[in-house]
Amino acid sequence: MSAAPPRKLKVATTSLAGCFGCHMSLLDIDERLFPLLDKIQFDRSPLTDIKHCGKCDIGIIEGGVCNAENVRVLQEFRANCRILVAIGACAVTGGLPAQRNHLDLGLCLQEVYETEPSLSKGCIPDDPELPLPLDKVHPLHEVVKVDYFIPGCPPSADAIWSFLTDLIAGRTPRLGHGLISYD
Amino acid sequence: MSKRPTFILDDQEVPFEPGQTVLQAALAAGRYIPHLCYHPEFRPHGSCKVCTARVDGRMMAACTTPASPGINVESETEELNDLRRMLVQMLFAEGNHFCPSCEASGNCVLQALGYDLGVLTAGFRHMFPVRPVDASHPDILLDFNRCVLCELCVRASNEVDGKGVFALSGRGIDKHLVVNAESNQLADTDIALDDKAMEVCPVGVILKKRVGFAVPIGERRYDRAPISAQALADAPRSPEHKK
Repeated sequence: MSAAPPRKLKVATTSLAGCFGCHMSLLDIDERLFPLLDKIQFDRSPLTDIKHCGKCDIGIIEGGVCNAENVRVLQEFRANCRILVAIGACAVTGGLPAQRNHLDLGLCLQEVYETEPSLSKGCIPDDPELPLPLDKVHPLHEVVKVDYFIPGCPPSADAIWSFLTDLIAGRTPRLGHGLISYD
Repeated sequence: MSKRPTFILDDQEVPFEPGQTVLQAALAAGRYIPHLCYHPEFRPHGSCKVCTARVDGRMMAACTTPASPGINVESETEELNDLRRMLVQMLFAEGNHFCPSCEASGNCVLQALGYDLGVLTAGFRHMFPVRPVDASHPDILLDFNRCVLCELCVRASNEVDGKGVFALSGRGIDKHLVVNAESNQLADTDIALDDKAMEVCPVGVILKKRVGFAVPIGERRYDRAPISAQALADAPRSPEHKK
């Protein structure tokens, strides 16, 4: 009688202030997704459209923290995921959205919504459903404890594959030359 | 022929010429010690401390410590590489190093050191300082956001170009690179595209305009090989250590 197959690891993913490029890079591992799906099961993720994160083994987050909703989602992931992974330049350093950090947020909003020629009669959106922007964009580790970082904009599919196969196999992930990239 | 004096680096003998520093002798012998502000064509400066090694039990900058017979140098240890990682992380957190939008990416010593040392995150709270760029010169751009205060441009402009275009001003966290013009604008200096100062910036501060992506990202210097291999390939080698 054969032994029961090992339990699949539950993995949740989300994008905060990111462009989904890191999720695209995850998909870019191509046919290796099939052996990966023998070992993991997706919980909350843009791939499943589940809205809240359940108890998970691994949480993978792209994007920095730029508004109040990002903070809530990040805290939910931290509370529910045994291992939290910051993936990509925005999650690791604030990335491109953080380039507004040396500017005044109010002036940024004015520039975009009030002075842009195509929005000459525009106003700064204030619908209560819109999440409140933070004064600064923060990398994840400035808000919650992060266990692993995969830098890159986005990290390559090979870097993500190497990281995930190491982590799932119980090895400490190591990215060598060619897999660590900050751009 | 008299035998050259030697010191011990990580349990192995390294021969040296009188006048060489620990770092110079190590590189000449084909042994890499991570470094940032050191450049083989300039007097050692000792400002970045990335090359810190334990010399006879004391932490010393390998680029400024004279090689002497019998000293015991430890460099390739977890403790020292942890220290180097922290120094690189602090440099990333202290400036505005947005690698994805930097045209020096792939040619950047700070970035390559991070890769080589396995730096995955800056770890510290990013400071996001306000450092406006100087685009006043028609052919040259200064992006102070990336300056790591290595003084290589200062040394090159003074010692080779004889122009003194650059200097560091201020103290502590307020220390910053300035140009030698009453207007504080690069356009009002006598810098030229063929100056040595144009070649030496290890990061992406001094940039020639309109050539940024002539070599695509992915095919650049430190994309091809790690900085440890590149530094040894560049170093003046002793005859007995040449291939």
